Amino acid sequence: MAREMMKGNEAVAEAAIRAGVTGYFGYPITPQTELLEYMARRMPELGRAFVQAESELAAINMVYGAACTGQRVMTSSSSPGVSLMMEGISYISGTELPAVVVDVMRGGPGLGNIAPAQGDYNQIVHGGGHGEYHAIVLAPASVQESVDMMSTAFDLSEKYRSVVVVLTDGSIGQMMEPCEMPAFIPLKTVFPDWATTGAEGRSKRILTSINLDPAAQEVTNFRLMRRWQQIEANEIRYKTYFMDDAKFAVTGFGSCGRLALSAVRAARAEGIPVGLIRPITVSPFPTQLFEDLSKKLDALLVVEMNNGQMLEDVLLATHNQIPVEFYARMGGVVPFPDEVLAEIRRVAKGSLDLSGHPRDRWLKHMAEKNL
Amino acid sequence: MVDYDIETETLVYERPDSLTDINTHYCPGCTHGVLHRLIAEVLDEMNLKQKTIGVASVGCSVFSYNYFDFDFVQAPHGRAPALATGIKRVLPERTVFTYQGDGDLASIGMAEIIHAATRGENISVFFVNNTNYGMTGGQMAPTTLPGQKTTSSPNGRDVESQGYPIRVAELISQLDGASYVVRRSLDDPKNIRQAKKAIRTAFEVQQRGLGFSMIELLSICPTNWGMTPVSALHWLEEKMIPYYPLGDYKVHPAIAEIKF
Amino acid sequence: MPVKGRVTVSEVYCKGCELCVNACPQQVLGLSTDHITTKGYHPAVLIAEGCTGCGICAVVCPEAAITVYREKTGVNRIPA
Repeated sequence: MAREMMKGNEAVAEAAIRAGVTGYFGYPITPQTELLEYMARRMPELGRAFVQAESELAAINMVYGAACTGQRVMTSSSSPGVSLMMEGISYISGTELPAVVVDVMRGGPGLGNIAPAQGDYNQIVHGGGHGEYHAIVLAPASVQESVDMMSTAFDLSEKYRSVVVVLTDGSIGQMMEPCEMPAFIPLKTVFPDWATTGAEGRSKRILTSINLDPAAQEVTNFRLMRRWQQIEANEIRYKTYFMDDAKFAVTGFGSCGRLALSAVRAARAEGIPVGLIRPITVSPFPTQLFEDLSKKLDALLVVEMNNGQMLEDVLLATHNQIPVEFYARMGGVVPFPDEVLAEIRRVAKGSLDLSGHPRDRWLKHMAEKNL
Repeated sequence: MVDYDIETETLVYERPDSLTDINTHYCPGCTHGVLHRLIAEVLDEMNLKQKTIGVASVGCSVFSYNYFDFDFVQAPHGRAPALATGIKRVLPERTVFTYQGDGDLASIGMAEIIHAATRGENISVFFVNNTNYGMTGGQMAPTTLPGQKTTSSPNGRDVESQGYPIRVAELISQLDGASYVVRRSLDDPKNIRQAKKAIRTAFEVQQRGLGFSMIELLSICPTNWGMTPVSALHWLEEKMIPYYPLGDYKVHPAIAEIKF
Repeated sequence: MPVKGRVTVSEVYCKGCELCVNACPQQVLGLSTDHITTKGYHPAVLIAEGCTGCGICAVVCPEAAITVYREKTGVNRIPA
């Protein structure tokens, strides 16, 4: 298929449609509203279900209901709306249903603004809903990558009866890039043996997350954990660039991974032996990769658009074996590659003051710039 | 299997097929059981059991999915109309209903019920009004009457600081999207029979794609009202019916044509 | 002469709530005084003659515990 210029939000919607989504339930919120609007037009064209719900709270519950029937269903929102979905995500996870949620992150906390940010990492990766569940979280860095990710998202959600979050930000949602759409996947005709579709010719099924007896609940909890171990063993995805001869590396996910790549390329042109690690699944996190690399690298520079959330997962993975530096902007401010390049040069120079936590060093460093 | 001599006797009534054989956890005399029975009877009569998906809510009826012998899903508190919307939109040929109490529908779920009704979702909603939050021990509900004592209005509902009750049937009937909105009662045989007719009408409305139906059912809560079941019936008749009059609040013209 | 009927009340489901006792137009139902169900309730039983099989007890029963039979009369009787 030919490449077309598409806005990220719309490309994600079309990709989901081609991946066979039959129910979209959402609510307007900047910077992802175009996804809803695109679905409002396209889903009825194809005879599929679309509802603009009364709130994100309602939307995720419509997803929950539709997911019970075994169909491919999804919603999308942005940070404040995603907070409203946390109850529903916990219930969907506790009921072990497949569902896809797209979070187009924006500046926060609170109402914040509509500019791109990555402040939902902790909420999404470390579970913003109550109880013990893990969502599989995919972080694309371009419109094409988001497009390619949609069928993966649905496949993973069904394979593991899990919520899959596609974690992007306002810039990827809004930017227009050339991308190629995949072919249409035929709609499902066979549904799982747990789906509540009306008990015709079979005995009844119940889908619930209630387990009044703690012993029974624990059985579920262990099952979810062991399933998570399988996901960790099989579904980690990441990309590395210039790592063969790298002495140290930059790491970032989503848009930060992308702009860090520009900085890394510029640094390489200056002869700095730096590489880039870009996690694509931030949940499960590529812990082993970082652990292994910490044995070879002199330092890591974590770049994020938040207050140091993936930073903590990197620190955990590297067991404080190597120096970890941190650079970030928050509140919807997107760092320029130049800023990251300056950090790369600083790390390359060596003789870093490594006392205290990387975040505290960053805060001190930023204070010097009146931030 | 029932035991009778078909030569000399007719079977007038037996337990409906759409109920499982599980003993309910409801209090003795709780009219949740009556409503469960009526819904089951109607689904049996319409032969819809195998095509029905129920949405359980949160309240005393949280385990209603154990008592009905067909597919059921569990909704978070207040969200049943949203789940029902999701299910019905992707499976429009199935019969989908929600079963909700005062807190679930009229408090935390108020947005969801209003919007499901206003969108004209082709589902049926059964709203059990017993003027309190039963499962959690008898707190004040949006349907608690002025002056009524509950555990969170120990001196009686004070309308100055705690507001007035909500008449849900009247409220929902205002929405153009709603097709069939009625209030019935489960207190005496005549009213119970009227309730059953309304339940049948609601499912007929859904079958014919005529839109959103909701039945508010006045019910007793002997335990939290601190009465015997029979006294509770009197309290319902004397106190609830005057405040929540029985009747048809919204009946789409096409529904008048329905005969069964 | 009124039609004769009979009811059986399942002790699996009956919770002794007395709604049927209260509703029975013939007032032939009462709670058993000599035994209790496995859940500890006094179940409803017929305590007098005169059941007509009207079914009103079953209409009010919250547990669907009651089965109602009515005697066939005259033309409805199946010949022996």
